[in-house]
Amino acid sequence: MSHTDELYLGKQSYQVLGKRPVRHDGADKVTGKAVYAADVQLPNMTHGKIVRSPHAHARIKSIDVSEAVKIAGVFAVVTAADFPDLESRSEVMGEGGPVNVAHMAANCLAMGKVLYKGHPVAAVAAANVHLAEEAAAQIQVEYEVLPSVTWVLDAMKDDAPLLHADLRTDSMGKKGDRPTNVALHLQFEKGNIAEGFQQADIVVEREFRTASVHQGYIEPHATVALWNEDNRLKIWASTQGAFNCRQQVAEILRIPVSQCVVVPCEIGGGFGGKIAVYLEPVAALLSRKCGRPVKLVMQRNEVFEATGPTPGSFLRVKLGATKDGKLTAGEAWLAYDCGAFPGGVIAPGCMCVFSCYELPNARVDGFDVLDNKPKTQAYRAPGATQAAFACEQVIDELAGTLGIDPLEFRLKNAASAGTRRVDGPVYPRVGLVECLHAARHSDHWKSPLSGANRGRGIAAGFWFNIGGTSSCSASVNGDGIVTLVEGSTDIGGTRTSIAMQLAETLGIGAGDVLPQVADTDSVGYTLLTGGSRVTFATGLAAYTLGLDLQEQMKKRAATIWECEPAAVEVKDGVYSRNGDSLTFKELAGKISELGLDPVVGRASVSPEGSTNAFGVHIADVEVDPETGKVTVLRYTAIQDAGKAVHPSYVEGQMQGGAVQGIGWALNEEYFFDRKDQMCNASFLDYRMPTCLDVPMIETIIVEVPNPSHPFGVRGVGETPIVAPPATIANAIHKATGVRMTELPISPPALWKALSEKS
Amino acid sequence: MSKKVHVTTTVNHEPVEFLCEPRQSLLEVLRDTLRLTGAKEGCNNGNCGACTVILSGVPVNSCLVLAVEAEGVTIETVEGLADHGHLHPIQKCFLEGAALQCGVCTPGFLVAAKALLDHNPDPTEHDIRFSLANNLCRCTGYDKIVKAVQAAARELQSLAK
Amino acid sequence: MPVVFIPKPLRDLTAGAAEVTVEGSTVRAVIDALDSRFPGLKERLCRGDSLSPGLQISIDHVMTRRGLLARVRPESEVHFLPVIGGG
Repeated sequence: MSHTDELYLGKQSYQVLGKRPVRHDGADKVTGKAVYAADVQLPNMTHGKIVRSPHAHARIKSIDVSEAVKIAGVFAVVTAADFPDLESRSEVMGEGGPVNVAHMAANCLAMGKVLYKGHPVAAVAAANVHLAEEAAAQIQVEYEVLPSVTWVLDAMKDDAPLLHADLRTDSMGKKGDRPTNVALHLQFEKGNIAEGFQQADIVVEREFRTASVHQGYIEPHATVALWNEDNRLKIWASTQGAFNCRQQVAEILRIPVSQCVVVPCEIGGGFGGKIAVYLEPVAALLSRKCGRPVKLVMQRNEVFEATGPTPGSFLRVKLGATKDGKLTAGEAWLAYDCGAFPGGVIAPGCMCVFSCYELPNARVDGFDVLDNKPKTQAYRAPGATQAAFACEQVIDELAGTLGIDPLEFRLKNAASAGTRRVDGPVYPRVGLVECLHAARHSDHWKSPLSGANRGRGIAAGFWFNIGGTSSCSASVNGDGIVTLVEGSTDIGGTRTSIAMQLAETLGIGAGDVLPQVADTDSVGYTLLTGGSRVTFATGLAAYTLGLDLQEQMKKRAATIWECEPAAVEVKDGVYSRNGDSLTFKELAGKISELGLDPVVGRASVSPEGSTNAFGVHIADVEVDPETGKVTVLRYTAIQDAGKAVHPSYVEGQMQGGAVQGIGWALNEEYFFDRKDQMCNASFLDYRMPTCLDVPMIETIIVEVPNPSHPFGVRGVGETPIVAPPATIANAIHKATGVRMTELPISPPALWKALSEKS
Repeated sequence: MSKKVHVTTTVNHEPVEFLCEPRQSLLEVLRDTLRLTGAKEGCNNGNCGACTVILSGVPVNSCLVLAVEAEGVTIETVEGLADHGHLHPIQKCFLEGAALQCGVCTPGFLVAAKALLDHNPDPTEHDIRFSLANNLCRCTGYDKIVKAVQAAARELQSLAK
Repeated sequence: MPVVFIPKPLRDLTAGAAEVTVEGSTVRAVIDALDSRFPGLKERLCRGDSLSPGLQISIDHVMTRRGLLARVRPESEVHFLPVIGGG
C-alpha cells in the first residue's frame, strides 16, 4: 500500500473499540503463571555470570581464566576472543538507525578496552548462580587504567580522554580530520534567523543541563540460550523485539538468521531499554561451549551500570517573540552524550526541540558525544524530554514576561496541519490545538490553586511515533473463535488491542479473538515493540488480516448458498444473501461441519510515516522551602490518541509516562564519583517514584483521527514522558519564582537555589 | 559447598519440604526449587517489592529472608490467592481496573495488597499508598493500582456482609 | 518537478540554496540529478549503492525507509532526515 494512502474509514461508532475488556493474558498475569525469561527452566540448565570492569576507562592487558575453569561445577568460560571475526560493519537494524556490529559485540564482551564501569569482560556458566559468582571472582583481569570523562561538555573539549582513536566527527557524510569524542554534528535550519530575531520584541535565551536517567523497568534483563545438538540456537529472551534480537545475535555470531529462533517471553518493562542485546550472544557462546542451556540474569546494579540509560545533556535554547506573543525565531544548541559507542539520540532531540510550535525561522545544532558511560538507548521518546525541558521553560518565560497566560501563549503559536518543522516536513492533521483546548476546559485548569509555595505549570510535548513492518495470521475455529498469531511482544496489553481491532473488523466480540505472541519461527517478520508502533502498525495488520478472513468467509458462504462470492454481503459480522443469513459463528460452524476448507488468513504490512502524537500536561506542586522537597498535589495528562482502542490502556500509558517523567524531574539521576563510577546503582539510591510520591494522575484522551489508519489510531506510549519535567519545572517557577534549569530538581538542588534567591 | 538443610514449612496452606543451602534466599528457593515463579527478582536487596510474600501474616521481601527461616512458619504467595479456579477479589479488581501493564510487579502488589486488606479492611487512599510504597511499579504510575485496591476493599467488605 | 530541501550541512555544495527543483521519479534519480548539478552531493548522501545508513527520506512529509527505491511524484517535496527510532 502506498505511503500516501489515506486509510481512515471515518466510522463514528464502534462495536468493540473504545470498550474495556479484560486483557486476554490476564489470568496468567495475576496468578503468577505468566512466564518471564528468568522463569524459564530447562533440563541440565546452567547459570551464567558476567565479569565486569571496575574501571570507567582502561586497556585490557590480560584475562586469566585458569583458576575459574578448575572449579568443579564450572562448565564454560568465554571472552570476546570467542566471537567470530567482526570487521567494523554498519548494519541498519531495529528501527533506530545504523548499528555497528563490532561495537554491538564489544558492548557484550569488551575488545581491547573497557569504556565504562560495568563493561562486560568475560562470562562463566556453572551449575548454579552462586558457583558462577565464585568462579567469576576467580577470573583475573589486568587493566591499564586510563583517564575518563562523564560530562558531555567535558568530553567535547580538545584535551578530553578519547574513547575511540579512529572516531572522527561526521557532518552529513563529511568526516572531520581530528580524533575526537564528537561522533556527529547535526544542523537544521529554516528561514532566516537573523531577520527573525530582529522582528522579535523580546528574546529569551537560557542554558539547561540534565543528568542521565534509566528506564527503570522492574524486570532485569534475562535470557536462556540453548545451542542445540542440531546446531540450532534457541533463545528465550526478555526483549522488545524477537526478530530484532534474532538479527542482532545472528550478526554478532555470524550465523544465518534462521539458525536462531527467539522466543519472546513475557517482558517486565522495556521503554526502549530492551532493544539492544546484552546477554543473548554471551549466553549463546557459553551454551555452545558447554553443550547445555545457559540462563543469564542481570542483577539490578548491572542493569544500571551496563545497559542503556538516557543521555546526559546540555542545551541552549533561544526564542524570540513579538509583544503580542507571536514567535518569530528560535535557535538551539544541543549536546547529548551517547556513552561508550556512537549512535545516540541527538537527532530526535534536535527535531523535537521546537516541534510544538509554528516557528518561521529556526536553527538547531546538535552533537552526539562519546563518554565513559554505558551506551545510551531510547527511554520512551528518546531525546525529546530533554529538549522539551528546555524549550517549554523558555516558552513559559516569554509568556510570563509578556504577561500572557502560558496556555494562551501556546495556543497562539501551536503547531497544526501545515506547520513546517525545523527539520523540514510539514504536519498533516494533528491534535495539539485540541489538546490545549481540552486543557483549557479541564477541571484541573479551571480549579483555583491557593496556598503558600504552591504553583501550577503547563507544558506541551510531541513524539513522532513510527510505523514499520508487522505480520500476523489467524484461523477461524469451528466454534467461531478466531485464534490470532502475531509477533509484537506485549509490554503493556497490546495483544488485547490487536485482538480488538481484528474483532472490530470482523464484527465479532473481543472475547472471540484469542491472541498469542509467537516466536520467530511461527509468525512473519515483525518489527520490534517500540516507537509507539504496535497498536497502529500491528493493528493495521490485524485489520488487513480481518479483510482477508472476511473474503474467505464470503467464499465459504457462497459455496453453501451456491452463488458467487460477490453476491454475499457482510455487515457487522452477519453474512447474508437473498434472505439467508448466518452469523460469523454460525458460518464457522457450518464450515467445520461440512468439511469445507478451513479459513486461515494472513497479512503483512509496512506502513510508513509518523502518527504524530501531541500531549499537554498540567501540574500543581507545593514546595517545602526548608527542605527543597516538591510535592505533586495534582497532575493531569492530556493527549491526542487518534482513536483509543482500549481506553484503560491508553490512560495507563499516559499515567505511567507521566510518573516516569515526575521521577526524572524530581529525583532520578546517575551520580558519578571522581573515578567516574556510578555511586547509586540500586533502587534505594536511584530514587524512582513510589505510590506514596504521586497523586492520582488524571487523564483526558483527545481523539483527532490519524488519516493513515482505518480507525484513526495514533501511537500513544512515548509522548507522555516528554512534557512532565518541563511541566514540573514551570510549576516550581510559579510556586517559588525560581527557574530550575538543571535536572533533577532534587531537594538539595532546589533548596540551594531557594537559599541563593533569598 | 555447605551441607544442605532440610526445611519443613507451609506454603499456601499446604505442607512443603525442601532442601536448601544456608546461603539461599527464600525467593531463590520458591522460584528454583519449589517452581513457584510468581514472586520475581527485581533487585535482590529489598528495594522493589517484586518478591513480596506473606510470612506468618506479615508481608516481607523474600529476597531478604533466608530459605532456612521458612522452617515452621506459614508462607503465602501469589499462587495461593485464587481458590479452586476462582480469582480472589483483589485479582479480579486488578484485571477489571487494568491495574497492570507488563505484569512483573503484579504478584508482589497482589500479595502486599492482600496483606493490607487482611489487617485493614477499610483503608484510606493514604493507607493504601503508604502500605504499598515498598512495591515499585514503573509502568502504571500507580493510579489504577490504588483504585483496584480500593475496589477490592469494597468488594471484600460486601462479601463479608 | 519534485522540490528537494537541501539539509543545512550540504548547502555549501549548492551555493547556499535551501530548496532545489530537479527531475526524477525515484530518490535515486533525484540524487543523481542533484549530483550532476552539484557535484559531491551524492557522496554525502549515499554509501555505495544505498542511502547512507544514518539517513531516511521524507517524501510529501511521510518518512520512508525505502531509501533510493522510494518513488517521487512530480509535485513531491523531498527531505533528507536522520533516522529516528523510539523506545
